[in-house]
Amino acid sequence: MVQWIAFKTIVRREFFRFIRLWVQTILPSMITISLYFIIFGNLIGSQINHIQGYTYMEYITPGLIMLAVINNSYANVSGSFFSLRFQGCIDELLIAPVKNWVIMAGFVLAGIIRGMTVGLAVSAIASFYTTLHIQSYTLFISILFLTATMCSLAGLLNALYARRFDDIAFVPTFVLTPLIYLGGVFYPLKLLSPFWQKLSLMNPILYIVNAFRYSMLGLTDVTILIALIIVAVTAVGLWICNLRLLNDRERITIV
Amino acid sequence: MLKATNALEINNLCKVYRDGTQALNSISFQVASGDFCALLGPNGAGKSTTIGIISSLLKKTSGHVSVFGYDIETDNNLAKQQIGLVPQEFNCNIFNTCTQIITDQAGYYGVAKKIAKERSRYFLDKVGLYKQRNQIARNLSGGMKRRLLIARALAHQPKLLILDEPTAGVDVKLRHFMWHFLQELNQQGTTIILTTHYLEEAEALCRNIVIINDGNVIENTDKATLLAKLHQKTYIFECQNSLKQLPVIPSLTIQAIDTHNLQVQIPHHYSFSQVIKSFSELDIEILNVRLKTNPLEELFLNLTNPNKEHPNGSVDSI
Repeated sequence: MVQWIAFKTIVRREFFRFIRLWVQTILPSMITISLYFIIFGNLIGSQINHIQGYTYMEYITPGLIMLAVINNSYANVSGSFFSLRFQGCIDELLIAPVKNWVIMAGFVLAGIIRGMTVGLAVSAIASFYTTLHIQSYTLFISILFLTATMCSLAGLLNALYARRFDDIAFVPTFVLTPLIYLGGVFYPLKLLSPFWQKLSLMNPILYIVNAFRYSMLGLTDVTILIALIIVAVTAVGLWICNLRLLNDRERITIV
Repeated sequence: MLKATNALEINNLCKVYRDGTQALNSISFQVASGDFCALLGPNGAGKSTTIGIISSLLKKTSGHVSVFGYDIETDNNLAKQQIGLVPQEFNCNIFNTCTQIITDQAGYYGVAKKIAKERSRYFLDKVGLYKQRNQIARNLSGGMKRRLLIARALAHQPKLLILDEPTAGVDVKLRHFMWHFLQELNQQGTTIILTTHYLEEAEALCRNIVIINDGNVIENTDKATLLAKLHQKTYIFECQNSLKQLPVIPSLTIQAIDTHNLQVQIPHHYSFSQVIKSFSELDIEILNVRLKTNPLEELFLNLTNPNKEHPNGSVDSI
């Protein structure tokens, strides 16, 4: 019962945090996505031929939704958890009888909620610019949930390792963004030369974007089962890694 | 169901930080249930490390710590339930309201939301922050923040309250309010462990005193026994007339501070009226007498720094 109430408290606190800060947490993704649709979809996209039967705007929509989900679920956990470490507020949780996996589950669920909330908001905006196709609702929800979980866990890992706020900005800017842009959001894999195709297959974001695109348009450059396994295994690996780091109290408390 | 009488038992506790710093050298002490105990020591003595280990913020290197009989390693969650911690630094989320901070804290201890809200109202009222209940923590004054930390620590109604320098930097009025509040809590049955640099605070509030120095417990006894160890007290005598030479009185150590003030060390057994009489016989009229430091402070300095001259050093000749 203690763990359940503590879990609800963490999720509720994190949920109201990002809702209260909606101008910083929800609105920017909606504006960014609108700009992508206007520039890449309408202006440039209108000059590009159909890709496998879909307009360019329809083709890039799944990737753009996923871009918002990845960034928001990652940023929610990394920003909030590191901020608590930085202010020393994390001590509130560490001295309380809350199990480490409950702390982690609370932060991760809040990250998932933000990622999926923004994902749905961006989907709603996308529907103003293009027709939203969904081939498989089960896969659509599954890959959204799995991706948000994986990215929340990755955000927590970043927050646990970070020593400065610069470290929190480093991974999204220099790792996540390049991986997303090179992860097949804007182009099919076959447009690349064989070397770059092989290199791209090492990018986990490629699998996420393709699995999500498959759930919406039925198009993919990778095997969906492999994509789901990669995301799920990465999430489990991150969970184990984070749990070990959370046991290291001196790492968490001394920023 | 309580497993033991002692609120806190520490046995052979060692802590070595990753950089090799040995913070605690096998310390042992107990705090009885219902006690008001002071944990004293100079900066860097190991007080905060001890508190960090008791409250699970730090991992011990070796030794045993139990809180009301619950081992902090094997019964970690039960041990944590017994403890409320008031840290040295303000560490609440500055963007949350006072009510949110307390209800969240209670939630982490498994207190249902409705009860947590009732408790937040009660404790905010007790510490005089009820009017500020909907203000965000950032907008509170320094004194209010201190009181909020105490209210937060009480949100789950702990049996053991640990306060790490709660009155550092607060004004006299607030300090006295806190003293009164803590005494009331203690009378209601809460065991309190207080670390402080204000030794008059420890003298006024605490029944037992543990002194840590360089990672070792150098004293662990009740206040009266500890003060009895003070073999002499140091007074400042203010004289009416300018002194031409240093007076000599057997058994007393007299040093001149200036031409009108003398520092006089009087042995514990020595009659004070005899001192006044001796000065009279030397035609020295005493205008005023005061203790140089409070007795506990003097003892503390003797224990933690036995080989060095104490501050406020005096001159030997006029």
